[in-house]
Amino acid sequence: MSESTKAKKRNRIQIWLDNYKQMNQKDKRRAISSLLLNNAMYIIILIAVIVIAIQEPKYVSVRSLVNIINLTAAKLPIALGIGGCIVLTGTDISAGRMVGLAAVIIASMSITDNRIFPGLEPLPIIVPLLAAMAVCALIGFINGFSVAKFKLHPFIVTLATQLITYGIILIYLKLGTNNGQTLSGFDPTYRNIINGTMFTIGGAIVPFYVLYAIVLVVLMWVIWNKTTFGKNMFAVGSNEEAATVSGVNVSRTIIMVFVLAAIMYSLTGFIDGARIASVNANTGFNYECDAIAACVIGGVSFVGGTGRISGIVIGVLLLQIIFTGLSYMAVDQNYIYVIKGIIILVACAIDMRKYLTKK
Amino acid sequence: MEPNQAKSNALGAAVGQKNTTVHDEVWKKAHPVVLEMKNITKAFPGVKALDGVSLNVRAGSVHALMGENGAGKSTLMKCLFGVYSKDDGTILFDGKEINFKNSKEALENGVAMVHQELNQALKRNVMDNIWLGRYPTRHGIVSEKEMYEGTKAVFDKLEIDVNPKTVMSTMPVAERQMVEIAKAVSFNSKVIVFDEPTSSLTEEEVEHLFKIINMLRDNNVAIIYISHKMDEILRISDEITVMRDGQWVATEVVEDMDMNKIIKLMVGRELTNRFPPKDNKVEKEVSLEVEGLSGLYSHLRDVTFNAHKGEILGVAGLDGAGRTELLETIFGYATRKDGTIKLHGKEVKINNPRQAVKNGFALLTEERRATGIFGILDIRNNTTIANLKNYTKMGILSDVQMKADTEWSINAMRIKTPNQQTKISTLSGGNQQKVILGRWLLTQPEILLLDEPTRGIDVGAKYEIYELISDLAKQGKTIMMVSSEMPELLGVCNRILVMSGGRLAGEVDADNTSQEEIMTLAAKYV
Repeated sequence: MSESTKAKKRNRIQIWLDNYKQMNQKDKRRAISSLLLNNAMYIIILIAVIVIAIQEPKYVSVRSLVNIINLTAAKLPIALGIGGCIVLTGTDISAGRMVGLAAVIIASMSITDNRIFPGLEPLPIIVPLLAAMAVCALIGFINGFSVAKFKLHPFIVTLATQLITYGIILIYLKLGTNNGQTLSGFDPTYRNIINGTMFTIGGAIVPFYVLYAIVLVVLMWVIWNKTTFGKNMFAVGSNEEAATVSGVNVSRTIIMVFVLAAIMYSLTGFIDGARIASVNANTGFNYECDAIAACVIGGVSFVGGTGRISGIVIGVLLLQIIFTGLSYMAVDQNYIYVIKGIIILVACAIDMRKYLTKK
Repeated sequence: MEPNQAKSNALGAAVGQKNTTVHDEVWKKAHPVVLEMKNITKAFPGVKALDGVSLNVRAGSVHALMGENGAGKSTLMKCLFGVYSKDDGTILFDGKEINFKNSKEALENGVAMVHQELNQALKRNVMDNIWLGRYPTRHGIVSEKEMYEGTKAVFDKLEIDVNPKTVMSTMPVAERQMVEIAKAVSFNSKVIVFDEPTSSLTEEEVEHLFKIINMLRDNNVAIIYISHKMDEILRISDEITVMRDGQWVATEVVEDMDMNKIIKLMVGRELTNRFPPKDNKVEKEVSLEVEGLSGLYSHLRDVTFNAHKGEILGVAGLDGAGRTELLETIFGYATRKDGTIKLHGKEVKINNPRQAVKNGFALLTEERRATGIFGILDIRNNTTIANLKNYTKMGILSDVQMKADTEWSINAMRIKTPNQQTKISTLSGGNQQKVILGRWLLTQPEILLLDEPTRGIDVGAKYEIYELISDLAKQGKTIMMVSSEMPELLGVCNRILVMSGGRLAGEVDADNTSQEEIMTLAAKYV
């Protein structure tokens, strides 16, 4: 069975072509147009890359490509987390604020001139990291618990926790004598752990956080594909009632998805603080938008019960390729928002098309 | 308090009132046929749902439509209202041929239906619902006054005592049903279909409903009355049509019918060789004891029975008799109010499906789509989902084992599929059912609860499912099987529990009973 499966995978293009050859003219046209539509996102991105590369040849230089990979790595953890929420047919709009909260917590314990806790020397980095993970996990638990037990829609729940988290960030930044100011001047250990040079390619630096992102991708792949929890997550996302009947602990699964997601957000905050080297109340703001868009582009559908880690990686990468390209073209940030919005809309529409029952 | 009193006073006159009309030729002449359905035929892929059915309904009469579940009553009505388009046959209304495209068109032409499940805008008030889709307007502004008065007028005519401004969701089902009837009347309907109207009414409410129906009849409205309840039918109707297996069986005036005759007409089909030999051996050992089981949110009341190892125990009953609720309450999927469940003499704690699975129970649900399959997932995931903990080593799932078990299930259940990665939603209903059955067998259950295991499955696949059930019993498993198809219960089961109105009405030996006996028991508490 497994060999025939492999053979099938290898020949997917072959099979498509064989089928295509047997079709009549009308069906052929239909097959081509549906092939183009289903892959429209990739086609658009490909065209964009070509156009940008022609106008700005630097865009395809080694330095630029490494830069794209680095930024992809930085944005991966949050997308990996939010992907699980989408598999459950939910969403998580508190993600960005949780990134911010984690970054603020870690920064407050890792700056040399500490105004939040005056006199506090930078703590061993594991302490603030665990603290941030714990706080985010708690918020994630509140999210998951409310969704699972009160049967609230994740949108409503995370809208609420998003506000709560933002409030906490603002309050936290007012602690001590900080008075809401931006936190910077981090302990070199923290900065090196994240931003230190792992190796260089053609003069371009590949920092350590790329490695962390790779580790997280592998870890999440294992969790999604090789654990009971992962299988249960897909089952709950596909049919919650059937999962209940099958003896799956649905509530626990939902809560775990949100907690795991929150831990991913905290890791994003951990990376982003040192990467950007300064943290304020707006750190992480709107990160969930890019993450959700990346997931949808990568085939994690809001239909539920479907999606792959590889898809999320591709989604984040493709978005980064576009945005880096746009900045090479010196497109105004305001226009980039408009383009982002359009991309999300188109990606969702294309995705939904695959699941519609044709009448 | 006052409205209630007024209602019960009005009721007084109707209580006990019997239909004393003599339905002779004179009556027939005075009540000409207003709706004539001729040779209606409707086929679905693989099933002939209606096969040349005719129905003639007279003005100013109540025409009862009877038949087992799946006999084709609702299909016939759906053809009338344009929900389905008929393949063949004609419908004459007032002598003119009609082909309604939807129920709105039917309603506007004087043919209305009061559904068993009321489709109403519950958050809106009574008059909003009655005028929905045809709000009276003055210069583009909806006239609340007109709506109110129009509603009031109809209510007065029908002696319904409800404020038109009451919000629907605050009203009991009976009153909401009255609103539906009033809506039909406000369209000056000449034909009104009642689909199981009394299934959720109290006795007093039924009397009020009958009073209204009698009033409509006196106003020359033709009424089609679909119900399972014999005594009601015999009391209210003028003529009775019985259907079976999508075919017309008989139409008689009420004087020529009695309960036994109706039952015989309804179930009078022959048992053929549609079932494998019943050669499972029922062991002495009692495996499952259920005592005093009641549901908290369902009408399941005080059900006590036991089941043996190797036994196939059928559960019969009409729609809404509590069969599904019984299985779901045992399985912990529906909340239990009272009662104990013992497995091999020891009480087991089952508060949710998880605990049920742990204790060796399995439930094949009635709604395969809604609560059975994971449509978007492949066969392997669908097969292994209830048994994942057995494939886990140090927190990681073993693909090899999952593959092997899925392969076993595909072979053992004879599932027809290209491979394990095929999406379950692309399989036929019968194959999907086998996948779910295989899912449960992997958990090695002792008690299998099967709710309509062959619903929506073609005849060939049905036989295979029966064989699987029989094999499982031979392996010493205990099987409880709910079915609406009585021949299936008689052909497969050893013993049959008959449910009625949420209670256990009786228990019969499948080899020494008749469909008539089961039907009589099934009607015991309705």
